[in-house]
Amino acid sequence: MSTTLNTRTRGWVRSVGWSNYVVYIGFIITFLYFAITQTQYFLDPTNLTNIVIQAAPITVMAVGAVFVLSAGEIDLSIGSVVALTALAAAVTLQQTHQWWLGALVGLAVGALVGLVNGFFVTVVRLPSFLVTLATMGLVAGIGRQLTQLQSVPVTDTSFIYLFGGGRLLGLPILLWWTAATVFVGWVLLRRKRYGAHVLAVGNSPSASRVSGIRVNRIRMMVLVGSATTAALAGLLYAGRLQGARYTLGESDLMTVIAAVIVGGTSLFGGKGTVIGALVGSLLMSMINNGLILAGLNVSQQMIVRGIIILVAVSLSLRGKKNS
Amino acid sequence: MNDTESSTMARGAEVHAPALRIVNLHKHFGGIVAVQPFDLEVAAGEIVALVGDNGAGKSTLVKMISGLYQPSGGEIWLNGERASFRDASDARAQGVEVVYQDLALVDDQPVYMNMFLGRELVKGPLRLLDRKAMAQKTQDLVDTLDVRIPSAKAMIRDLSGGQRQGIAICRATHWASSLVLMDEPTAALGVAETAKVEALISRLRDRGAAVLLVSHNMDQVFRLADRVAVLRRGKQVGVRSLADTTHNELVAMITGLA
Ligand SMILES: Nc1ncnc2c1ncn2[C@@H]1O[C@H](COP(=O)(O)OP(=O)(O)OP(=O)(O)O)[C@@H](O)[C@H]1O
Ligand SMILES: [Mg+2]
Repeated sequence: MSTTLNTRTRGWVRSVGWSNYVVYIGFIITFLYFAITQTQYFLDPTNLTNIVIQAAPITVMAVGAVFVLSAGEIDLSIGSVVALTALAAAVTLQQTHQWWLGALVGLAVGALVGLVNGFFVTVVRLPSFLVTLATMGLVAGIGRQLTQLQSVPVTDTSFIYLFGGGRLLGLPILLWWTAATVFVGWVLLRRKRYGAHVLAVGNSPSASRVSGIRVNRIRMMVLVGSATTAALAGLLYAGRLQGARYTLGESDLMTVIAAVIVGGTSLFGGKGTVIGALVGSLLMSMINNGLILAGLNVSQQMIVRGIIILVAVSLSLRGKKNS
Repeated sequence: MNDTESSTMARGAEVHAPALRIVNLHKHFGGIVAVQPFDLEVAAGEIVALVGDNGAGKSTLVKMISGLYQPSGGEIWLNGERASFRDASDARAQGVEVVYQDLALVDDQPVYMNMFLGRELVKGPLRLLDRKAMAQKTQDLVDTLDVRIPSAKAMIRDLSGGQRQGIAICRATHWASSLVLMDEPTAALGVAETAKVEALISRLRDRGAAVLLVSHNMDQVFRLADRVAVLRRGKQVGVRSLADTTHNELVAMITGLA
């Protein structure tokens, strides 16, 4: 009895792995550090809310990225998709003044990029790394071409309310978007057959295939899902900044991948956690926030953030190899 | 699922048709003849071994029966009914399960998810995974078949090669309503693990499964099988009851040297 329990516990610890806790430990340490060194500003409720709100687009994209990485693929095009969808939505709003049309066009553009990525991965059978590297450049180029490098203002109040500054039940709307995306992602990954199949495909495509899982369909779906979450992130940027510019989302790819990996999702497929990605994303945002409060300039922030990401990612990946 | 199981059983009881009957089944790849017209029956509760030298056509035969290859000609009958398979999933849907030598399991998922891989149980209007039911059914199954694993919730990665093959075989038996195909199921295992897997395969027979077993190990064939079919360079050279043959006769049939 005690031996069964023992092996069970050990098996559990090994399968969950201490690496999956790195993000929580890191989160608490970082929180305490800023809380102690920057007490006055950092712990202010407005500031804490700001951390979550600032993280909203990254969190939304991270949820999509969890599925892509879990399936053993990667999507490098998300940063470019953010800019293109924000621009597409802003231009549509300018022309039509219909908030829903702007949102719809933005999401459709994103999904279309996902379909193109999926087509080349599943039909032409190229590695997703190469395909999305190419579409990353392609999509960025289209965004620039579309607006001749000009920024496009967003003035539609409904759109700004829904995707930016609105409040619902006393809470900022961006918080609701974050919560909704995380919840849907968590249900899909942990509670639906879809998530089980995504993880299986990332773990062993051949085992999945002989078990009747449609491997290419899963690959297509994770890529479309990832591009769609990037599109939603684009709408959130456009709503919050009340405009779109081709530079939007430029540095988000690194932040998203870092948040997801630090959160405990495997870079090599088969393991994924949506909650981990949420905490990872909040951690990135908190670091950003704390560094600004600490008075670091932008270049110093980038250096410190790069180092922190490097340390955090190597910690979580090392834990993985040991298990 | 219960419906199909009982109806299959009822039909089998009525007509006593063999679980598997193949007639004139053959396969060529372009000009190469891999398997010449081949006939064989496997009854429920029977283990039939398929032996032959490397390249004799054993795997090709198994792949035709599991839907991976389209036969060049011939017939496949399951429980007295003519069958044809579009692909491997189609064969599975018709009750043919395969145990692969290279362990078609997902390492980072628990045993119960592997048992139900691709056929997960869901509950409620939202069709959420029913992990509890899957874990329970898996535990019952491994307990019945006496496969020793720490728990149905253990990760595959934490199991030994023999335990994994045990799981793969359990899974195949659980879902096979007609036939379990095994292509060298112990090739990757050590002596003790092989013994455990062999014991499991005999228990399957006792429970009424029909098993077609490809093996290179003559001793294993004698330990496990009821009958043996011999292939030599794609040609069926004979089917023997293990009770009526000897080691030497089989080796002579396999090699063609009297
Ligand atoms: N996809 C294929 N294309 C062409 N030839 C094939 C193909 N698959 C098998 N063959 C040929 O068919 C013959 C039978 O091969 P098969 O794999 O069935 O042999 P086997 O009995 O399983 O051998 P082993 O004991 O080595 O596993 C061989 O000559 C092989 O080269
Ligand atoms: Mg073979």
